[in-house]
Amino acid sequence: MASAKFSVSFAGPLVTMQDAGRPGNMRYGVAASGPMDRLAFDAAHAALGNKAGLNAIEISLGGLMLQCTEGSVSVAITGGDFVVEHAGQKTGSWTILTIRKGEKLAIRAGKAGSWAYLAFAGDLASEKWLGSQATHASSGFGGGVVQGGQTLVVADAAVREERAGEIAQPEFASDGAMRVVLGPQDRYFTAEALEHLLSAPFAVSDAYDRMGMRLNGPTLEMEHALSIPSEPIVRGSIQVSGDGAPTVLLADHQTTGGYPKIATVISCDTDRLTQLRAGQKIRFASVSTQQAVDAARDYAQQKAQYLAQISVARGTLAQRLMRENLIHGWADD
Amino acid sequence: MEPRFKPVADHALLVTFSDVISEEAHAAVIALDQAIAADAPDGVIETVPALVNLLVSFDPIETDHSTVESHLRTQLKGLESRKIIGVDRHVQVCYEGPFAPDLEAVAAATGLSQEAVINAHLAGDFHVLMYGFSPGYAYLSGVPKAIQVPRKPAPVRGVPAGSVIIAGPQCLITTLTMPTGWSIIGRSPTPIFTGNPDHPFLFDVGDSVVFERVDLKTYEELCKEQVDG
Repeated sequence: MASAKFSVSFAGPLVTMQDAGRPGNMRYGVAASGPMDRLAFDAAHAALGNKAGLNAIEISLGGLMLQCTEGSVSVAITGGDFVVEHAGQKTGSWTILTIRKGEKLAIRAGKAGSWAYLAFAGDLASEKWLGSQATHASSGFGGGVVQGGQTLVVADAAVREERAGEIAQPEFASDGAMRVVLGPQDRYFTAEALEHLLSAPFAVSDAYDRMGMRLNGPTLEMEHALSIPSEPIVRGSIQVSGDGAPTVLLADHQTTGGYPKIATVISCDTDRLTQLRAGQKIRFASVSTQQAVDAARDYAQQKAQYLAQISVARGTLAQRLMRENLIHGWADD
Repeated sequence: MEPRFKPVADHALLVTFSDVISEEAHAAVIALDQAIAADAPDGVIETVPALVNLLVSFDPIETDHSTVESHLRTQLKGLESRKIIGVDRHVQVCYEGPFAPDLEAVAAATGLSQEAVINAHLAGDFHVLMYGFSPGYAYLSGVPKAIQVPRKPAPVRGVPAGSVIIAGPQCLITTLTMPTGWSIIGRSPTPIFTGNPDHPFLFDVGDSVVFERVDLKTYEELCKEQVDG
């Protein structure tokens, strides 16, 4: 199959190549990286009929503008509520369209969401590091930061008209408080700090990137001013710095740190957490480890069902008309 | 040592052997880490050894906290007499000129000659404690007391990769350009990112590290060899 090429006319900060990530390297100081919103990333590939986990572009609020310079390829855009402009048409994210030579595509921040995903029906070429194209933003390792002037090459580019149109958005994710399991260092905090964490609203601050999201809210005081030995961190760890401000660590988190972790956001709530923007409010709710595991299992099951649903091609216009006619014909008999 | 098990969200356990840093706690971390590497409980994805604790992360679809915990408790019973299996890793260091911007200050602070500081560093009994902070950044224990110096009042920015740093009792080799407030006493041409897909990082936690002194000419030759492949 032919390849398609794009020139990047503009890329905001933190627009990066991301595949599913490189788990298994935390012991060497390397976080898994990969998409901030894994559900939206997986949806883009499923809706295109791609293999799961292929390389895609993660787009920040800064946006991305491309021009196709060679070939044609279908693309899926998912995540948040971004604005997509293509060939004179304006749509939202959660759409599949085909870009042909000479056409432009612009993806900009819209009403909501912090991250959008642009997946191609083909193989988006980039550097690999430790077997993965996921970009570790602070080191630049992996596929790398996407920059203006760059050329993107999609090998084995396919046009999949039978998939064009809107992608159904997931509706199963909880929209309530972010669920946390307290600890592992909750014992270092005052009773008031734990109460504040679980009762007060916090606001997302401007200090938000792929490493983590700092929150504004009540000061979370520790029982003793202390220095704990540097210890492992996970995606979702809520660490509290010396000034009492919490930061939720995310895709490119440091793997170890000496700040106490008051609680940890459960894995299935980090996707929706990452889509919040500066100023938006969040609340935390404590769940038991059993509830956390049950939630992870429910989420995995619902996600699998959802991805299976959107992966079914609805067919070309001709096929769709044909199906309508057949159904009509059968009904009339 | 009686460990404490703490759940981390839906997908990990933190096994802590002590609240304070000790050789005994770290030995227990490595012993459990190696036991899991040899016989991982079902559903375990990865482990992260640190100074006093080990993170054991798992797939919550396949297992849960109590199942993993009971497997680890059984493994811990057999660990008392286990010997740590570590390998000697050799790391070249050039202590010359611009590669050692803080050598003079360390000498002044410790009352030693620069040559004596270098010899003390070469004589250290170094072990890999953990990785952290950034990719491939390993914390080594074993800086001799005579050259343990405090942090500088202000960090220096843009410290190049390969810098050999002494940070109190620990020694570190930077792998990326980064800031540091600790003393830079040399530069290493030895790659920590090995480029070998089967063994991408030079050290494993628990390995011993032997520093070897090289002159500027050898340093440059070693760097050139890497570029040429």
